[in-house]
Parts: sequence; C-alpha cells; structure tokens
Amino acid sequence: MSERKNYLNADYGVWSWLLTKDHKRIALLYLLSITVFFALGGLMAVGIRLELATPQGDLVQPDTYNRLFTMHGVMMIFFFLIPSIPAVLGNFLIPIMIGAKDLAFPRLNLASWYIFNIGGAFTLWAMLAGGVDTGWTFYTPFSTSFSNTHVIATGVGVFIAGFASILTGLNFLVTIHTMRAPGLTWFRLPLFVWAHYATSIIQILGTPVVAIAILLLAAERLFHIGIFDPAVGGDPVLFQHLFWFYSHPAVYIMILPSMGVISEIITAFSRKRIFGYKFIAFASVAIAVLGFLVWGHHMFLSSQSVYAGMIFSVLSMLVAVPSAVKVFNWTATLYEGSVSWETPMIYALGFIGLFTIGGLTGVMLSTLGIDIHVHDTYFVVAHFHYIMVGGAIMGYLGGLHFWWPKITGRMYPVFWSKISAIVIFIGFNLTFFPQFMLGYLGMPRRYHAYPDDFQVLNVMSSAGATILGVGYLIPLVYFIWSMRYGKKAGANPWGAFGLEWDVASPPLPHNFDQTPVVEREAYDYAAQHEERDVA
Amino acid sequence: MKFGFPLFPESASTLAPQVDAIYFFGLGVAAFFSTLIACLIFYLAIRYRRRSEDEVGKREKAAMWLEIAWSIIPLGILLFMFAWGAKVYFEARRPPGDAVEYFVTGKQWMWKFQHPEGQREINHLHVPVGQPIQLKMTSEDVIHSFFVPAFRIKMDVLPGRYTTVWFEATKTGTFRLFCAEYCGAEHSRMGGSITVMEPRDYEQWLARADSATGPLALAGAQLFEAKTCGTCHRPDSNLLAPILHGLFGEEVTLASGDKVLVDENYLRESILDPKATVVSGYEAKAVMPTFVGQLSEEELVELISYIKSLGDAASHGETPEESAG
Ligand code: HEC
Ligand SMILES: [Cu+2]
Ligand SMILES: [Cu+2]
Repeated sequence: MSERKNYLNADYGVWSWLLTKDHKRIALLYLLSITVFFALGGLMAVGIRLELATPQGDLVQPDTYNRLFTMHGVMMIFFFLIPSIPAVLGNFLIPIMIGAKDLAFPRLNLASWYIFNIGGAFTLWAMLAGGVDTGWTFYTPFSTSFSNTHVIATGVGVFIAGFASILTGLNFLVTIHTMRAPGLTWFRLPLFVWAHYATSIIQILGTPVVAIAILLLAAERLFHIGIFDPAVGGDPVLFQHLFWFYSHPAVYIMILPSMGVISEIITAFSRKRIFGYKFIAFASVAIAVLGFLVWGHHMFLSSQSVYAGMIFSVLSMLVAVPSAVKVFNWTATLYEGSVSWETPMIYALGFIGLFTIGGLTGVMLSTLGIDIHVHDTYFVVAHFHYIMVGGAIMGYLGGLHFWWPKITGRMYPVFWSKISAIVIFIGFNLTFFPQFMLGYLGMPRRYHAYPDDFQVLNVMSSAGATILGVGYLIPLVYFIWSMRYGKKAGANPWGAFGLEWDVASPPLPHNFDQTPVVEREAYDYAAQHEERDVA
Repeated sequence: MKFGFPLFPESASTLAPQVDAIYFFGLGVAAFFSTLIACLIFYLAIRYRRRSEDEVGKREKAAMWLEIAWSIIPLGILLFMFAWGAKVYFEARRPPGDAVEYFVTGKQWMWKFQHPEGQREINHLHVPVGQPIQLKMTSEDVIHSFFVPAFRIKMDVLPGRYTTVWFEATKTGTFRLFCAEYCGAEHSRMGGSITVMEPRDYEQWLARADSATGPLALAGAQLFEAKTCGTCHRPDSNLLAPILHGLFGEEVTLASGDKVLVDENYLRESILDPKATVVSGYEAKAVMPTFVGQLSEEELVELISYIKSLGDAASHGETPEESAG
C-alpha cells in the first residue's frame, strides 16, 4: 500500500497548524500549551520543595514562597489538569471513537484553544509582573481587601480559560449526542466517551459559577462593593460557597476523564470486556451529579452550621460509592483476562492503587470527627495530590503512552518508558506519603517555615519530589525523540479493540474513508476473536 | 534546639482520644482496602498474564450479586464512619454548659487573648487543666484558623462575627498553637502556645499577670457609661431604648418580624450595625448610632460581657417580663 497523506503531513507550515480545524491537530496544539504550563507549575513545585527542605524558611522570602504555592496551584489546576485529558486525548479521540470525521463545531474547537491561551497569557503576565499570593482558592477578604498582588489579572486569566473549558464541554456533548456512527448505541460507547460526557456536564454547569465568583471578587476589589468583606458589609463565607460549588466538581473534571482512560487501558491489556460496563458508565454520571452536592465538605470549620456539616459529610460519603464501584470493576476485569504488562498498563495499575489511597483518605477527610484535626494540614495536601497527581496525571500519562503510536504513528522506547513509569510511581509515593504523617502531626498547609521536628518527613518529601521530577523528564525526552526516530507503529500495535485502532496511525485527515458501522459492544474481545478464528 | 522525629502528635485534651480513635478506624479501613486491591491486582495480573501473542481474555461474566455486594458493603462502612464522625464533631462544636469563656482576637499576624478576669496575653495563653474552656474568637482583618494539634481542635476565626471552639486540657505542659487558614505574608509565623497549668498555679499566674481593666464585665460596665450607652439604655428608659437586663439568651422579635436568639453575634451586630437588627416596637425610635470604628475588638468583648452579666435580672430587682413590658 502506498503512503497516504495523514493528518500530520497533509499540510505544512505554521498557518496550517494555527488555522487548522482538524480536531487532531488542535489536540496537539493543546498538548503543546499544557506541557508548557505543566513545566511552569512544576518549576514552582521545585521552589516549594527546596524551601521546605529546611525548617527555617531561609531560601526565599515569605512573600515569594506564598506566590510560589499560589502560582503552582493556579497553573496546575486551571491550566494543566482541567484541560489535560479532555482537551488533548478527548479532542483527538472522541470523534474517532464514535466514528465521526470531526467534532460538531470544529471552528469553536480552534477558538477554545485560542481562548485558553489568552487566559494563560493573562495569568503568565500576572506571574511575571510580580505574581499573586492568595492561594489558588482566592479566599476573601484576603483576596479582595488585603493582598496587594495581581489578583485581578490572575482572576481574569482563570475566567477566560473557563470559557475554553465550557466550549470544549459543549462541543463534546453535541458531538456525542449527534455524531455517533450507525449502530453505535449509547451502551456500545467506549467508557472513555461516557467519562467525557459526564465531565462535559460538569464543565458546562460548574464553570459559570466560578466565573461569577471571580467577577464579584473583582467588583469588590475594584469598587469596594460590599460582597465578601465584612468591613464593607459582606460575608466572607459566601465566597467559599461560590468557589467550592465549582471547585469541588472541578476535581471530577480532572479525575473522571482519567477514569475513562483507565477503563480503556485495562480492557486493552487484559483483552477482555470490562467487568460491569453499565455500572462504570452510570458511576461516571452519578459522580458528576453527586459531585455538585458536596462542596460544603471544604467548610466544616468555616462557621457553617453543625447540621450543614453533617449533610455535606454524608453526601460526600455517597460519592465514594460509585468511585469504589469503579475500582472493584477494573480489578475484576483482570480476572480471566490476558494481561500484558505494557507501559500504559503499568500506569493504569499504578493509578488504581494511588487512586484507592487518595479516595480512602478522602473518606477520612469527609468524616467530620477526623476533619477537625486534619483540615488545612498536609494531610489534605497529600490527599488531593494522590487524587490529582497519583490519579489524574497517572491516567493522563498512561493515556499518552497508550495512544502515542496512534497520534504520531511511532513507538517510544519501551524499556525507558517502563523505567520512567516505575520512577514516577516511587517518586510520587516518597513525595506524598510522608505528607499524610506531617498532616496528622499538625503541620498546616501553606507554611513557609515550620517547627524543627517536622524536618525529617519534609526532607523525605523533597527527596521524593526530585525523583518524581526526573520521572517526568524521561518521557518528555523520549516522546520528542520518538517523533522522529521511533519505530513505526502499525494501525493497531497493542491488538486493542475500538474504532481508533481500525484507522491508520497516524489517522487520515478525515479519520475514515467511509463512516464505519458498529455491530458489536465495546471491548468485545472474545467475540471478535472467535469470529477471526472462524474466518 | 530540640531535634526529634515524632510520628504521632501528643494528646492533651478530652477530645484527642476520640479523634484518634476514629482516625485509627479510618486508617484501618484505608489500609485494608488499599492492601486488598493491591494484592488482587498483583495476583490477577500475574495469574492471568498473557501467555501467547494472540491470546485474548475470556468472556465477561456479569455478576449482579458482586456489583451489589461491592456497593452495599462500602456504603455500610461509609455510613458508619459518617455517624461516628458526626457524633465527635457534634460534641466538639458544642461547648459544655460549665465551660469558662475566654476571648480570642486574631489579626495579621498575632493572637490576642482576654481572660474572664481581664488579663490579656499575646500569642501565649495560660489555662487551667481539667476545666472546660470555650474560646469566643473573631478577627480584625482576614480569616484565620485556631489550631492546637495536641488538643485536636481547629476552628476558623472570621472577621465580623464570633466563632467558638472549646477544649478541656487533660495534661499540664505547653502546646503549639498554629494559624491554619492562610492569611498572608507571615501566616506560617502566626503561631504561639497554650500553657496548661494546675489550677493552683493558674490562680497564682493570674494574680501575677496584671489586669489593667479588671474582670471583663466590670470593664464593660465602665465602658457602657463612657460610651454613653447608658443615656439611652437606662433601666427606666423603657420608651427610649430597650432594657438590656435579662436579654442574653432570650429570643427577640425584630422589626422585620424575624425572631432571633440573643447571642454574642447578635449583640455584636446590634452595637456595630443597629439598623440591621432594629427591635420590634422601636421602628420609629431606631435612633441608636453605630459604633463601628469607635470600639476595639477587646472593648466590644467587654461590653458584651457586661450585657451578658445583666442576665440574672432578678439581682437587679427586675425580671425580663417587666423590662419587656
Ligand atoms: C441614642 C440612644 C442609644 C444609644 C446611645 C445606644 N443605644 Fe442601643 N439601642 C437604642 C435603641 C433605640 C435600640 C432599639 C432599636 C435597635 O435595635 O436598633 C437599641 C438597641 C440596642 C440593642 C439591642 C437590644 C435588643 O433588645 O435586642 C443592644 C444590645 C444595644 N442597643 C446596645 C447598646 C450599646 C452597647 C450601646 C453603647 C455602646 C448603645 N446601645 C448605645 C438606642 C441607643
Ligand atoms: Cu471537594
Ligand atoms: Cu494564618
């Protein structure tokens, strides 16, 4: 077969990228942007961990330290984690997985990328002009009446980037509803698509609320309208309600797509249909819905009433159930499978372990009696890094390793990729496990200096962070290397099931020559195999 | 400088063992399920490892009973943890009736304390052992959070209102106090200590620590006159302004028709923002001026303590009924 033009070599030149409407190219544009933001956020983390290697607070000024952790949070959450899987892998894969030629609104898709970068540019400018020191949570009245850093510029950046997130969500929803190939019924969809469906709902319903919170914050800061600061007649706790109404569900914007990736990887490397397909699909939706009802668990000690605390606590417990259901179903999928320990699978199995720890410590935090002591300590820091780094980023990297041959048509070096997966796993645990202990010992978060007896655990954490950093650098190097020198990958290097593995690697500009007709349920390896044997 | 490597915090209050117990239970649950999942993964992934290149897994056998089991069992454990945690939290947020009241004002970046007898301290608080103590806390600027790890207590400290936290120390000694809510540049240095003493030692300490103002209620009585509150709120001035005797702990009806319980926050608001809490019957005579900016947090505390001390109206020869009439 002669070489056909694929989406990468169909056009050349900068403009063919900057004006592209191809969801696959836009996915790569996003990949570039978020990698830059991840690197910046990572650099801030280096500063934080270096400072915390000694108790005295001697490396940087307190003001600098406060900017470091604030910008680390803002970059990582709004400009890396929230867009990561949806905007890169979702963008690339959803149309192909459902047998479509593109997303429903290709121009809007490109516009989202520009909007996202404008938001990022604002935030970067704020950072270069002196930064912001409110914490990524922007709590009032500190952020409205006391901080003299670039709160508004950062807020505007986050506000703008929020629209990119809303538009992407909208695009996905419409695409999934209207553009599925013939025969691709809802219950034949890959779970990756279900996960993105649930995520999109949150993006559309939640993001406007944080946008409003930021607007109100800016109004009070600029015009001293009394909204949040009691000195001018406002209520500081109101801001926390608005902020967490979005930012708790935002946690699920980060983790649900990752769960979708894991469902794909586990099935592909067990060559077996997922255990409890419908349970996993509905669990995603249940998490998205329940996720909107638990924001108050960030506020058990904020002066919220005792009874409100109890309601938010019990609802938070309920969200844990669908998450547990997913973990059990993934594990059960391995049973009687044909399991191969390829790199993506190592990431996926690592994800299950770390997510389980993150989830169970989340349950501990939702337990009112425990939260009294560990709220706003390193216990919380450790918990959400287990979810976001151990969960969301492990899923993102697993997904990148899984679909990289599809995206670029080339394989990365297998040996190095396995090494890096293991280095990341070890580095991660060494960084964040000691933080659980620090938290229970009573070390509050956002501390620039701390008592001497917390040092040993902090040094362990800083050492782990170094290992983790190296772990992240290795894939960066070999991914770039592989684009040119990697072994050519065929259409289906893993022997995996799914429409994306039926098209060429890299895919054609319009994905399919003919719209495929879907006749099977997702992940039906056994049936596919039997059919092949017959043929 | 002491250099240690503790793995578990000291425990020095009646609440601490309760929080620790539920923490260990949670830890047990977390350890059990994490280990279970890890073992299952390793076992299954090795037992069913791929043996030939084109091997595929068996057909999935859906098992409803399994799905139900692994939804219901975690749910049961979760609800149990919820109930237990809620009980501990409920007690932690409700001070017992005999708790002695201290006042705390947070500001960037220090803690100010007022003892009931009027002694003031900064960053370091002395209290007696074995005595329930409640802290009424407020902030002069941003949100702070009062955190004493050895007591397992924490509560946010907000500007514009009082929040409460209580503890009963079970051990003498000096324990760390942290600010747990990020509050700006010196957040990590907004610490201090709580020194728990034998009651006898505490009495001696109180006697030594001079109290410029005397007991809070007494200081409040003087302020009440100095700030001209007394010109309107006299026991015989029923027509001019409400009588404050016996007010605390009662329910008042506001002009808006709402019924509110008179607590510290209500008194605070009545003094700082009288327009927001006009009492029913005084709509036309709501002449009370605002005292915003004229009273420090400490003075407010003294005034409130004074008004609270008027609670036993009988000793002033009046009953709340009379004063309401
Ligand atoms: C000019 C007269 C005047 C002065 C001076 C004044 N008040 Fe008042 N106060 C009133 C009136 C009238 C009301 C009832 C209307 C309202 O609730 O605002 C009132 C209400 C109150 C209430 C609520 C009573 C209730 O039954 O709920 C409190 C508490 C109070 N005042 C405390 C003070 C204190 C403390 C001061 C001094 C710092 C003070 N007042 C000074 C006139 C006054
Ligand atoms: Cu949350
Ligand atoms: Cu603080």
